[in-house]
Amino acid sequence: MVNMIIDGKNVTARKDTMLLEAIRGAGISVPTLCAHESVSRSGACRLCVVEIKKGNRTRIVTSCLYGVEEGLIVNTKSERVLNVRRLVMELLLARCPESDVLQKMAAEMGIETQPRFAIDTDKGKCILCRSCVRVCEEVVGVSAIGLFSRGSYKEVGTPYNEPSDACIGCGACVYVCPTGHIEMTSTGDKRKIWGRTFKMQACIRCGKYFAPVDQLKYISKKTGTSMEELSICTECR
Amino acid sequence: MSGNTDKQSHAILDNLSLYYGPKKKFVAICAGTGCRAYGSLKVKDALQAELKKQNMTYVDVLATGCLGFCEKGPMMIIHPDKYFYHSVKESDIPEIVEKTIGKGEVISRLLYRHPETQKTLFREEDLPFYKKQLRVVFGKNGMIDPSRIEDYFAIDGYQALAKVLSEMTPEQVISEVKKAGLRGRGGGGFPAAVKWEGVRKAAGEPKYVIANGDEGDPGAYMDRSLMEGNPHSVIEGMIIGAYAVGSNHGYIYVRNEYPLAVENLSKAIQAAKDNGLLGENILGTGFSFDIQINKGAGAFVCGESSALFASIEGRAGEPRAKYVHAVDRGLYDKPTVLNNVETWANVPLIINKGADWFASIGTEGSKGTKIFSLVGKINNTGLIEVPMGTTLYEIIYDMGGGITGGRKFKAVQTGGPSGGCIPESLLDLPVDFDRLYDVGSMMGSGGMIVMDDTSCMVDVARYFLEFLKEESCGKCVPCREGVRRMSEILEDICAGRGREGDIELLETMSTAVADGSLCALGGSAPNPVLSTIRYFREEYEAHIRDHRCPAGVCKGLISYNIDEEKCTGCGVCVKVCATKAITGELKKVHTIDNDKCTRCGACIQSCKFDAIYVK
Repeated sequence: MVNMIIDGKNVTARKDTMLLEAIRGAGISVPTLCAHESVSRSGACRLCVVEIKKGNRTRIVTSCLYGVEEGLIVNTKSERVLNVRRLVMELLLARCPESDVLQKMAAEMGIETQPRFAIDTDKGKCILCRSCVRVCEEVVGVSAIGLFSRGSYKEVGTPYNEPSDACIGCGACVYVCPTGHIEMTSTGDKRKIWGRTFKMQACIRCGKYFAPVDQLKYISKKTGTSMEELSICTECR
Repeated sequence: MSGNTDKQSHAILDNLSLYYGPKKKFVAICAGTGCRAYGSLKVKDALQAELKKQNMTYVDVLATGCLGFCEKGPMMIIHPDKYFYHSVKESDIPEIVEKTIGKGEVISRLLYRHPETQKTLFREEDLPFYKKQLRVVFGKNGMIDPSRIEDYFAIDGYQALAKVLSEMTPEQVISEVKKAGLRGRGGGGFPAAVKWEGVRKAAGEPKYVIANGDEGDPGAYMDRSLMEGNPHSVIEGMIIGAYAVGSNHGYIYVRNEYPLAVENLSKAIQAAKDNGLLGENILGTGFSFDIQINKGAGAFVCGESSALFASIEGRAGEPRAKYVHAVDRGLYDKPTVLNNVETWANVPLIINKGADWFASIGTEGSKGTKIFSLVGKINNTGLIEVPMGTTLYEIIYDMGGGITGGRKFKAVQTGGPSGGCIPESLLDLPVDFDRLYDVGSMMGSGGMIVMDDTSCMVDVARYFLEFLKEESCGKCVPCREGVRRMSEILEDICAGRGREGDIELLETMSTAVADGSLCALGGSAPNPVLSTIRYFREEYEAHIRDHRCPAGVCKGLISYNIDEEKCTGCGVCVKVCATKAITGELKKVHTIDNDKCTRCGACIQSCKFDAIYVK
């Protein structure tokens, strides 16, 4: 266990945890967009920044990636911290004006749109947190989507933005997306995502369409479970 | 500067004469990228053909790396007299061979003429450009044909390695480098020995040694010229470093836009292997180390350590948070030493000449010399090497020869896009890592862009932010979006769309972008903005409040006008104007339609009567 002072409070935390967990464990809220429990951390959104003091040196770190340390003095609401969070929110609001998630979050933080920033019209609700890319690679294991281009031209998508054979239509990316940017529509025995239409499997017991056939084939191949067994939906299992 | 620096620096050429014999005739001709662009390879071919023709093939021709004075290429030094000829053309060759090489006569038109005294100067060391330099790292370029390892042997090449492997323990090597006070030449100025010590002590195998040759600052080419001109010095430094930290595998990360550097490094690596200096069982000592070249695709961010590792690993060049240091988990998550090309090239020198010698050069906190590339509105464009602590004034006026066209100095941008602009009032600043940081700029890898009164500082900030916007990897929000928005605001200001409050907004954003960004690219991206606001705030205000660009640069804020007194109505400007914005009858005063005018400046250049002015 390590001892720290967070916002003036003595806090004890397990040795191998990140600062973010220690802070939240102490009942202090820290905003995040890109830290999802199912994927590794990337430190892309920068909302979770805090100010740490070690000896005489203070600096800003992302709490989601910074491991707890004995004797650390943490300030989660210093002026420098709030200045970074404010800018990040203003920048994201200008990038994704249609995101209700961002608007709600900004309202809670008391941050308004910065009128000096021109509003983007071509970015949708994507904040490039890359949770979708990580879940596709780390959890699903197919890497059907990735990031391409650089800087402000960066985008998430399938290779060359063409329908990807690697995609199994599982929708894990939709599940982890914090802003609801990724579109997935299901009608009858069809599911559409990333420009591809998937055939859905009907449950052999209740008849409900519950998962794309490609996804079940992929699971069958990976786990050795038969397709018959996988063709029963989770509710009927 | 210590009094014996000239001697130290110029003794190198004397050594070379010793190697070749004091009376041996040979010609060193610059074949660096700059001189090649001036046609030095053709000059070299012509020289070799002419020597054959005049039966003088016993005269050796060295195609060397960059000699530094790029403004005056192609240049050559004719030994044993060491005559320094510049701007040599193919047509000069027969005369050079016949008179200078054949009879030892000097051709005065090819000598450098002192711009003030008009005296012709015979040798490199007489030139003001070279006189105050201390070229202990870079000066060796003039003695080496980089494709010949023997040339490097001739100037004590690989002696430091032999000494290290036969007489020193790894700990002694680290302690010597630490005593020397060598700091990283790539930008951060981190003490090299501290990194080495960390990697030596770090758990985890294998350990890696990397040379960072991803030089990407606009206008900077020090590392390129070292890799091209003296590749063995970099390789020798790396082998010594590898021995010190206990590594058997190294990489040189060099951008593919540096084809000559890649070629010369590849040849040098092969030659070192052929001579038992690289690979298995080096010099029979049982120590093994190999170097692989990794060609980068030219992303600025790949000069950042963790992005560079990602790139070598075959992933997209994106940095990661560096709360765990590369010393412990770098390339492939293994302990890694990453030093800049120039840092490595300093290592053999420290071993050969000793830490005390190295530490005697420079300032309290910055030891040794530093190579700078001097570009922009300066008379003597080129590469210089000076002791740390040399003042900006000495660099710009004594070596650089002052501002082109006798114009007024305005600012010097140091440290590349992450650096800042330093104004005239700070010209006496001794240049070292800490002093540059104090004034809001940085050493960076050593780029210096000199600007005169025709440079608009808001436009300069706009240019660098535009560059950084394009080069941001796009991973974190403050850099990707923040730098983009700052760049948009600067563009607005330059176009006359600036708003009241923009300066203050840029300042607040700068702090947040610097604090909030994931890596040093975003962390230092606001520097060009902050330093220009700090020293040239009134210029920003003129753009925003008065819709005026004092330097006459920003196209949206200036107009082209014709001085009625001076215009003779000759019609030359009418012909050069691509948009047909200038009209007027012959021999009558012309007029410019500023709606059609694109402010390209062609008319100003064409007017012999200075009748066109910018307002």
